[in-house]
Amino acid sequence: MLSAEHVTKTFRAGSAVVVAVRRVSLGLAPGARLGLVGPSGSGKSTLAQAMATLLAPDSGSVTIDGDRVVAWGVRCPRELRHRVQLIWQSPRMAVDPRLRVGDAILEPLAASRMLPSGADERTALLASWAKRVGLTEDLLERFPHEVSEGQLQRACLARALVVCPRYLICDELASMLDVSTQAALLESIAAEQDERELGVLLITHDRILAAHWCEETVEIGDLSGADKVAESKPVFS
Amino acid sequence: MTSALLEVDELSVGFRTRRGVVQALSDASVDLEQGKILLVVGESGSGKTVLAHSLLRLLPRNVNMTGSIRLAGEDVLSLEPRELQRMRCRRMALIPQSPTSSLNPVRRLGGQLVEAAQARGLGEEEARRRLRELLGEVGLEFDQVARRYIHQLSGGMQQRIVNAMALVGQPDIVIADEPTSGLDSDLVDTTAEQLRAISARGAALLVITHDLRLAERLGGRLALLYASRIVEHGPTAEFFKKPSHPYGRGLLSALPEREGNSIPGLSPELTALPDHCAYAPRCPRCFEPCTQELPSLYPARDGVLARCFLHAER
Repeated sequence: MLSAEHVTKTFRAGSAVVVAVRRVSLGLAPGARLGLVGPSGSGKSTLAQAMATLLAPDSGSVTIDGDRVVAWGVRCPRELRHRVQLIWQSPRMAVDPRLRVGDAILEPLAASRMLPSGADERTALLASWAKRVGLTEDLLERFPHEVSEGQLQRACLARALVVCPRYLICDELASMLDVSTQAALLESIAAEQDERELGVLLITHDRILAAHWCEETVEIGDLSGADKVAESKPVFS
Repeated sequence: MTSALLEVDELSVGFRTRRGVVQALSDASVDLEQGKILLVVGESGSGKTVLAHSLLRLLPRNVNMTGSIRLAGEDVLSLEPRELQRMRCRRMALIPQSPTSSLNPVRRLGGQLVEAAQARGLGEEEARRRLRELLGEVGLEFDQVARRYIHQLSGGMQQRIVNAMALVGQPDIVIADEPTSGLDSDLVDTTAEQLRAISARGAALLVITHDLRLAERLGGRLALLYASRIVEHGPTAEFFKKPSHPYGRGLLSALPEREGNSIPGLSPELTALPDHCAYAPRCPRCFEPCTQELPSLYPARDGVLARCFLHAER
């Protein structure tokens, strides 16, 4: 179980204080498909980053299969970080523009010294991931600016899955992509779920998508105190 | 003879790059009348934005262009820089894809909005009066917005500002490039209403989008692009009732509320477009001629044209 309990995160901009999430609790079970919806600015992405061990909350806790996260970002132990992976909305901002697509897919393994030593093994590994997310092998040799947004998001999916996470958080996976690419990405995720117990948190503003793809959908405003939504509104309106 | 406000005829746009010529648009012909809506729909990389930018001639130097674009009888592609500037300011307006990156982040909004209005030929006082009126219509107060920087506003407010700004110079044609990408569903509703209001005022509206639900709400006519070519062109309502091109059918069935099935395979590379139907490798109804020659736009039904041999006999 990946769970956030009473997570609060506040951002300061000059004299203004914005409470992005206030005492939000959410649990994601292995193998589940949970949808998280809410208007923009309601703290969905902040919560996602806290649950992915990337952002330290001001208070509250995040536990991954019983292990409580106490260090965040790069300080978080790799083994723990690998259990939860996050896919960002914009693939162009998520990958190093100087890495070829294939190298970007294997980068998480390389960073953790988990890359197979033989060149043939690496090629085979990359080919199998490319196939699973629907990329052709010639695209792996390209740089991110030489492939389309949809192709790059497929690579980002492979990049997230390559460390075999237990939980996958998709933050607006395809809100910039066409519906067919969105369907293809969700099919790849579903195939992964069939193979092993991958818990998926789908964060989206598309309620219709959440209603159709997820087993359960929660509204971020309902997860915390009633004042939450009112407080996280923009500084003035 | 009455002619349309905008006439695009056989427009082809290619970019010379290291990997060869990227053919972004091939033989695109569309026209648009005053007060009407034209939607250009397709996946990323299908040539939608290139079409919009061609109309404004906002293209880089490595471009190869053939065909013609006429706006109110004037040939846009042969305009001198000064005339082009006049046409962009007085006749056209662009609602850009990303409000945050199209407004200056280090200037307060007041100054830059007034400046943009002045570029459209308004005096300073008149510009302020007009901005007050237009922002008021979308529920914002100019004096309050004027003191802010763009990052201090929410995504919805930013979008409302650029939508309102499009009307400052009373343009003949408004081009909206992905006006709803990244907006949540409530804001999509508001944006759709604002776009409809723009067209109700008599401006011609060209909307570039990959958002099928927005397209359905806006109505008008729809041109579906696939791999640089228009593959289906007809009334939007007809498209949503029953698409005539297999790609249109594939897209609609990929909607989560319909079957949610993806179209197998990837779209072809724009540097190596086939000389037969580009959709053939992914098409469930592909038959012999599809892999041999390029289909033209055939009349399918009720004013719908489809680039598909299935409609060739009629």
